[in-house]
Amino acid sequence: MIDLEDLAFLLERLCPMFVLLDRSGRMTRVGPTLQKLRPEQPMQGEKFLETFELLRPRSVATVPALMASSGAKLHLSLRDEPRTALKGLIVPLPGEHGAIVNLSFGISILDAVRDYALTSADFSGTDLAIELLYLVEAKSAAMEASRKLNLRLQGAMIAAEEQAFTDTLTGLKNRRAMDHILSRLLAGTTPFALMHLDLDYFKSVNDTLGHAAGDHVLQHVARVMVEETRGDDTVARIGGDEFVLIFNHLQERERLDSIARRLIDRLEEPIPFNGEECRISASVGTVLSSQFARPDASTLLHAADLALYAAKRAGRATHRFYEAGQSSTSVEPLERAATPSPQEEAAAGQGAARNLAS
Amino acid sequence: MHGLINRAIQSFVCNTYGQSRWIRITEAAHLGFIEFEAMLVYDDETSLRVLQELCLELGRPQREVLEDLGTYLVSNPNTEALRRLLRFGGVTYLEFLHSLDDLPDRARLAVSDLHLPALELREESGGRFSLACHTGLPGYANVMMGVLRAMADDYGALVMLEHSGTRGKAEVIEITLIETAFAEGRSFELGARAG
Repeated sequence: MIDLEDLAFLLERLCPMFVLLDRSGRMTRVGPTLQKLRPEQPMQGEKFLETFELLRPRSVATVPALMASSGAKLHLSLRDEPRTALKGLIVPLPGEHGAIVNLSFGISILDAVRDYALTSADFSGTDLAIELLYLVEAKSAAMEASRKLNLRLQGAMIAAEEQAFTDTLTGLKNRRAMDHILSRLLAGTTPFALMHLDLDYFKSVNDTLGHAAGDHVLQHVARVMVEETRGDDTVARIGGDEFVLIFNHLQERERLDSIARRLIDRLEEPIPFNGEECRISASVGTVLSSQFARPDASTLLHAADLALYAAKRAGRATHRFYEAGQSSTSVEPLERAATPSPQEEAAAGQGAARNLAS
Repeated sequence: MHGLINRAIQSFVCNTYGQSRWIRITEAAHLGFIEFEAMLVYDDETSLRVLQELCLELGRPQREVLEDLGTYLVSNPNTEALRRLLRFGGVTYLEFLHSLDDLPDRARLAVSDLHLPALELREESGGRFSLACHTGLPGYANVMMGVLRAMADDYGALVMLEHSGTRGKAEVIEITLIETAFAEGRSFELGARAG
């Protein structure tokens, strides 16, 4: 039979986290790596169960029970901080001379190498610890690269969606975006006002000064509308020179009228372009969601449209609210010819239509 | 070629020669983009075109540029993660050399679609080794020259390297290990992660 000294010598090389126990459960030899976990407290001579707490199997609390646990997987942790978790296996020595316990870090290896500044030399050559650490780092690096790719793809997706809801010429929301917002508002309970604004004399700017001037005017108009509205209002360009503004919560006719009035006044200010002055105006029709018991998108848009007709009929540069009973059929044929409907004017405004984002 | 390889070239050029030269190269190579994605795979032809334009832009032979790339990968702080992964190969430069046979497997373990050609280390007499770099990645041996040189510095070892032609289809690097502990080297702690 090999003596204990020789046995300890072998174990130090084969499994540097071993413990040799005598029959009373006292540690007679401790592997160098295990001792490295408590450099200030020599474990040799201490009681195994006083240094380590046995977590599983739970029934084991005494040395005889420990000795009888041969073959079972032990879950342990150090009793004092840092309470590193360990896995172990106990094998009794023949002739009741005590036992060998072999310990390993298991999944706590990542914290352990950091907490105890372990190096390759602390693990036996056959231990997969180093490979595990390599793998964790390699996978983390690869995962980080994948995560960055995902973030970039997500950013690209958001940008693409944003573009799809934006009128590229003016940066305002487009028809699609307005439809979305409108249906969301209609699904909720918040009252709102919907304003349909149509530019007057825009076609003549396009015809006399060219499409570049037309584009410039539209961008200027967009800027004015954004300045004259609140952050959570919606400003959308839904046609060549047609715009829809949606005001959350706002139901006061006076306020709405003053907003519309101010918009018209500002749009009537001459817009300089390449030494020329572009002059336009606007007609505005407004409807309140509260004017209908069960408003839907097409009803509201149609009502705003009717109010807009009324404004146009009243001589342009005017603002009108929708009134029940208003209808486009009341428009005299002669008057209609003199005052083209917004749709007709938009269709005529080819320059504007050219730049209309779909 | 794997995005990681393309990305390595991009990182090398941007950090060594500047972003504007990299953009020029991508334009000359008709890439249509300026950023390679590390986790996507690109066709070999694209990567080779970039490499060709890179050498034209720098006016330097490909083997030199690739050797510099290898050195960059180990020594630049931007690629610290890679240096650490290589240092897992062994505690000494000698152990590292012996771990090179496993390098392609280690790479694949980290990123399953990253295929590096086989490496084969032979120990000759008197501290001399030969490393056969098998085919599959054009310029592989040149990059490995740079990696081996920079890793020697990292371990503090003194080596002489020479590209000694081909053995069969493989390109061979002759390594003479003069001193394993010539200089201090850089530290490597198992528990410290690359940021």
